[in-house]
Amino acid sequence: MVIYGVALLAGCMLAGLIIGDVLGQLLGIDANLGGVGIAMLLLIFVTGYLKDRGKLPETTESGINFWNAMYIPIVVAMAASQNVAAAFSGGMVAILAGVLAVVLGLALVPVLTGKKVDDASPLESAPTTPSGH
Amino acid sequence: MNDSIVSLVDKYHLIAAFAVVGLTMYVAYWLSRHLTAGRLHGSAIAIIIGLALAYVGGVSTGGSKGLSDVTLFSGLGLMGGGMLRDLAIIATAYGVRFQEIKKAGLRGVIALFLGVLVSFVAGAVVAIGFGYTDPVDITTIAAGAVTYIVGPVTGATLGASSEVIALSIAAGLVKSILTMIATPLTARLIGLDNPRSAMIFGGLIGTTSGVAAGLAATDARLVPYGAMTATFYTGLGILLAPTVLFLAVRAIF
Repeated sequence: MVIYGVALLAGCMLAGLIIGDVLGQLLGIDANLGGVGIAMLLLIFVTGYLKDRGKLPETTESGINFWNAMYIPIVVAMAASQNVAAAFSGGMVAILAGVLAVVLGLALVPVLTGKKVDDASPLESAPTTPSGH
Repeated sequence: MNDSIVSLVDKYHLIAAFAVVGLTMYVAYWLSRHLTAGRLHGSAIAIIIGLALAYVGGVSTGGSKGLSDVTLFSGLGLMGGGMLRDLAIIATAYGVRFQEIKKAGLRGVIALFLGVLVSFVAGAVVAIGFGYTDPVDITTIAAGAVTYIVGPVTGATLGASSEVIALSIAAGLVKSILTMIATPLTARLIGLDNPRSAMIFGGLIGTTSGVAAGLAATDARLVPYGAMTATFYTGLGILLAPTVLFLAVRAIF
């Protein structure tokens, strides 16, 4: 049933948030420390475990996939309900932060790629074997 | 007649928000296809429209919650609020396989951690340069430079103001859009023509829509390799930014 998927998602979220809350209290910070991230890890492990055992039917999956697909629309709604008018004057911070992050990221690509070897040789022709994606 | 329609839409505000956002998405993807030939991803345009609407809403009402301060659009606040947002973000982790990261290898993992760290530090430096001194504000803007999701999630858990959260979304959006535009232009310069550099690129930049659109404009065959590492980026950012990275910022300031 679809609700099983939604409930599984909700359960992972609650568990993650509780762990994040406890972590915050342990460290004496009035914030949820990484609750969303922990919930994501929980979801990956729990669904992976269930799927390997064939206990994750398609209808259950669709309950999770619906919220997965709602992600960008929800982000749009979130963007539309922020205090953008007040943030407008500080817009340069956002532009510079974004630009600097991209410039540094791009500059590091050749550094990490290193010397050209087999898998780092240019794709000249279309790949002969499907990559599996 | 008009009054009754307004009160009806107000009563069913969440439903109205679904319709409004759906329409926004349609317009955004239409613009992406016809005006930018797909170079600028529809999702980025949709978020720009969202921020623009929030600006209009804020200016016209004088409120602090963007377009959701307009009675007709109050449902946007619920739809884009912390509860549903976190649920949807967690759902995006579904289907992520850790086996994939093995394919990316050690370089891919290093690229991921370095990518989150470098973007975060870049954002933090800029925030400090602009005179922000509160560790929560600095962390939120820095997290925004990671991605436009890591920013608001971090800001919400740390209790940042909506204004700072808006800035963090904007920073992530600038990053995403610039990636879409700059990737094909700099691809040759940075050796972005093979699977390995594409995986490293995905890990270093990470903003999923930017990486996918940027690689597609460079060489569509590289997209799956970039996506392989980029998939983990936002999740890693959400895990690190409000925790280790925030504690680090707080220790310094």
